[in-house]
Amino acid sequence: MHADPQGVLTGAHFLDGDHAACEGAIAAGARFAAGYPITPSTEVVERFAMRAPTVGGTFIQMEDELAASITIQGAVWGGVKAFTVTSGPGFSLMMEHIGYAAMTETPCVFINVQRGGPSTGLPTLPAQADMMQVRWGSHGDYEIIALCPNSPQECFDLTIKAFNFSEQYRVPVFVMLDEVVGHMTEKVIIPPAEEIEIEPRHFTKKAPKDFRLYEPEANQVPDMVKAGDGYNIHVTGLTHDQRGYPDMTPPMQDVLVKRLQSKILDNADKICLFEKENVEGADVVVVSYGITSRVAQRAVDQAREKGVKVGKLRLITAWPFPERVISEIAPTIKGFVVPELNLGQMVREVERCAGGKTRTVRVSHAGGTVHNPESILNAILEVAR
Amino acid sequence: MSSVAIPQNPVEPFLRSERMPHIWCPGCGIGTTVNCFTRALLDSKADLTKLAIVSGIGCTGRVAGYTNLDSFHTTHGRAIPFATGLKLANPELNVVVYSGDGDLFAIGGNHLIHAARRNVNLKVICVNNLIYAMTGGQTAPTTPGDVITSTAPYGTYDPAFNLPYLVEAAGAVYVARWTTFHVRQLAKSMAEMFQKKGFGFIEVLSPCPTLYQRRNKMGDGLDAMKFYKQVSKIKHGAPTSEVALSKSGEIVVGKFVDRERPEYIGTMNTYLEQQLGERYVEPHTLSDDGGCSGGELEVISCNR
Repeated sequence: MHADPQGVLTGAHFLDGDHAACEGAIAAGARFAAGYPITPSTEVVERFAMRAPTVGGTFIQMEDELAASITIQGAVWGGVKAFTVTSGPGFSLMMEHIGYAAMTETPCVFINVQRGGPSTGLPTLPAQADMMQVRWGSHGDYEIIALCPNSPQECFDLTIKAFNFSEQYRVPVFVMLDEVVGHMTEKVIIPPAEEIEIEPRHFTKKAPKDFRLYEPEANQVPDMVKAGDGYNIHVTGLTHDQRGYPDMTPPMQDVLVKRLQSKILDNADKICLFEKENVEGADVVVVSYGITSRVAQRAVDQAREKGVKVGKLRLITAWPFPERVISEIAPTIKGFVVPELNLGQMVREVERCAGGKTRTVRVSHAGGTVHNPESILNAILEVAR
Repeated sequence: MSSVAIPQNPVEPFLRSERMPHIWCPGCGIGTTVNCFTRALLDSKADLTKLAIVSGIGCTGRVAGYTNLDSFHTTHGRAIPFATGLKLANPELNVVVYSGDGDLFAIGGNHLIHAARRNVNLKVICVNNLIYAMTGGQTAPTTPGDVITSTAPYGTYDPAFNLPYLVEAAGAVYVARWTTFHVRQLAKSMAEMFQKKGFGFIEVLSPCPTLYQRRNKMGDGLDAMKFYKQVSKIKHGAPTSEVALSKSGEIVVGKFVDRERPEYIGTMNTYLEQQLGERYVEPHTLSDDGGCSGGELEVISCNR
């Protein structure tokens, strides 16, 4: 399905990442957002508040992030595509409803413009330190999808992707910006609506008497309905059977929670997006994502000038983690170099997937600004030696 | 053998009979409130397809799961913001929030006052058993003073909320209180609230013989009914500042507030239309094929 032209501002724009993400959401068909102000993410909903009434959308500013993150889920069951936006402290408050969205298979999108933490930390300065929180922050076993744009253009493109994935797999999907990507202004091309592919909501074609709310269809994902259509659905965060009725037994827990996991992991190859460059024949591969991938590019270029055989792997999908590509590269190189704006998060995944077949060297940074490319270059040179 | 036709209970179509028996204890009043709720729906001839019910967590939080409606059992305290999203996305739905005192006024208190402030068209039924019952009888923000609970083994001294007073101050257009003794008045009050536009609130005092009464030597469910009968005074229009509850004092019941205030969605649509003129596009849900309904090309530019 193509995007609704009403929401698509086709043309060349000069936008920051926050604004571009908002346009991506609207292009993807999002017509509902609930938010609570928090730096450096607020511009996303500020723009949505301006745009929504002109495209048949609704914005509501809630009393806190707990409310925002569940209001969007009420809206989804009411029959719209919906999202919320936040940063560190607000993201911490949203954890409860990430679990609810995962358990109730409510398709929705969270945009997190990451800032330095813990706690109030660095409200106006960047970090990439919510990368494990986004994966593991709510209690229990579940899977999510997280995407990491490194430019305003990608904020637009990947927000559309996020909505598409959320409808396809019925999971909460996260667009993990950081303060720099959120606030940098660059050229953003918004294509014509007919060139934007949109995943529609998969409403069931079955009659109410034949429909079971959590009966898996293709891809292990159940079809949806919206409230008011006569299906008399029951949605609960309790462990439930295919009718959606509570069934708090070990066998049901086993069936349900394993499906919540496998519907994502069995499709990981379709969800894992990455950019690979000069990896074949490389001695060193730099693995990075988000703003750090742009700093790393400089270090990679400098190393190549010095004759080092260095490749780059840019993670676009952080979760599910692209295990396969890492494990394939690992035996062919001297080592991975993993710079990130945290004290070591995704690097643990790289190390795990490398499985001892090669070295994994972290280039940590506590956040507040981006890396000095030299720190990454030094790590590359050290591993190449 | 000849078969005997068993007449159907008129409330049966409203319930998910396949989920019975329910989890509530003998003597608990929640089932009574559900009966009143279904009677109110019968009386108001509501379109049940367009009725959704949202609960939080707790004993009363289980109500959503037993009603044969679009029903949502959400997270603890968050029934109201979920319901707000549901209503805003799909305004033709009538949305009822059915939850307990701890859920709505402790963990969910902030959401409740803000929904009342906005005057979102939600109908809130709060079953108040004066305690956290699902978790074993801990002190709630509604527990009166000098009461034994599992977390106040020497008695409570935290002051309790006066729910009607709080909700009126926050902006509700309809505020009433009944007990599970007042089944006819409660059903009538619910039906009346459903007709009202805006944020409506009914507090229903309901016995918890298993935890609240047992620990305080207050007898069983029947004793609670006798107590309600004995100490309740119907005072319609009573100032909500004067209806606070105590352990064994008078229970003032009745309709306290019935007023008009602009309802949220109507206000939003009218205001935005006034501000934006022809540029305003009224919100709509996804079409049956799961896409946005198409519209004219956007002509304004939002370039920064």
